[in-house]
Amino acid sequence: MAVHAEAHHGPPIANQSSRVNASVLGMLLFIASEIMLFGSFFTAYFFVRVVNGIEWPPPPFELPKFVAGVNTAILVTSSFTMHWSLQSIKRGNRAGLKGGLLLTYLMGLVFLLTQAREYSRVGFAPHDGAFGTIFFCLTGLHGAHVFVGLSILLFMTIRAFRGHFSPEHHHGVEIAGIYWHFVDVMWIVVYSTVYLI
Amino acid sequence: MINPLRSEAEAFRFLIASIVYFGAIVIAALIDKWFGVAVFVVLTAGVLVWWFRTRRAERPPKTAPRPHAEGERRILVVANETVGGHTLRSLILERSLDVQEQVLVVTPALNSPLRHWTSDEDDARAAAQERLDASLAKLSEAGVEASGEVGDGDPLQAIEDALRTFGADEIIISTHPEGRSNWLERGVVEKARERFAVPIRHVVVDLQHEGSDREGA
Repeated sequence: MAVHAEAHHGPPIANQSSRVNASVLGMLLFIASEIMLFGSFFTAYFFVRVVNGIEWPPPPFELPKFVAGVNTAILVTSSFTMHWSLQSIKRGNRAGLKGGLLLTYLMGLVFLLTQAREYSRVGFAPHDGAFGTIFFCLTGLHGAHVFVGLSILLFMTIRAFRGHFSPEHHHGVEIAGIYWHFVDVMWIVVYSTVYLI
Repeated sequence: MINPLRSEAEAFRFLIASIVYFGAIVIAALIDKWFGVAVFVVLTAGVLVWWFRTRRAERPPKTAPRPHAEGERRILVVANETVGGHTLRSLILERSLDVQEQVLVVTPALNSPLRHWTSDEDDARAAAQERLDASLAKLSEAGVEASGEVGDGDPLQAIEDALRTFGADEIIISTHPEGRSNWLERGVVEKARERFAVPIRHVVVDLQHEGSDREGA
């Protein structure tokens, strides 16, 4: 009877109990930590609004619901173009990939510029009480994430125009897409809770 | 842990679900504050029910044997403390006839639920290592040279982990007889057949009454 206890062919594949790709798992863990960060800001927001029971927004301030609503529509649409770009490269459609990424980037940029414009016209500042502080902190935190997302998208767009990515290898777009959808979902939560309810 | 978001497409679907979820709550809250609260409670309960149902229904992918040298048979033996039985040794010898066999014995590090959840598994692994050493010694006495490793406390996870580094041609699961076997009570053999694309043999080893065995491919 032969003994071949260690006769593997080539190096053994590492044990991977989790069936999620390691880089995707890294992004998901990062997003989990981001959710905790947003959670702490939302805790402060609800403390100010519910526990302290202040009127929201306190008179005479008013929140720009309409402009923020249009901005929300722009950001939600950018998620659709992001999804379109990834589906395109999966089918080998490079034009769709480039178009989708470019549109997503432009819409994200419009969102950020519109938010900056609203900040300058909103009529109150972060030092105008707890209301102003938490409003700017929450929307500003989200804006910072949009900025990070735009930076990632910029690199992905440049790479796409330089001929990177293929139907088999498009992990960069996939992970950027996951982050962008997270940013979008967070804005829906921020807009619903801060502006509408 | 089963993660519901594994790709951009799933993150996109989550976004759509979020729009519906928050849209419904906001519309209801604008109609009436308490109506908004009711919609929030109902939708959240629905999401939680869906979450628990889908995670139960999910099945991991089957793991097929990896290619290896012709005339070589790789046998993965999963046994807790019954590997020393005559029945199992005979089966391994029989399956090794006329082939170059590689035998890997995996002994799951069985642990109590409390210790499992607190990640306190050092004692369980040490005990499993002792059982494994004893099993390998008994196999060696019978003329079967095998290697071994301590596996995950869940026998199915231990098999899956072993298959990733040891492309087994067949798996032998050794258990106590029905009535005394915790694994049989939990349907480990049936679940393994459902989960892995590798032939599975089940051997019942009655250490108290050697000789009565059952086998199925």
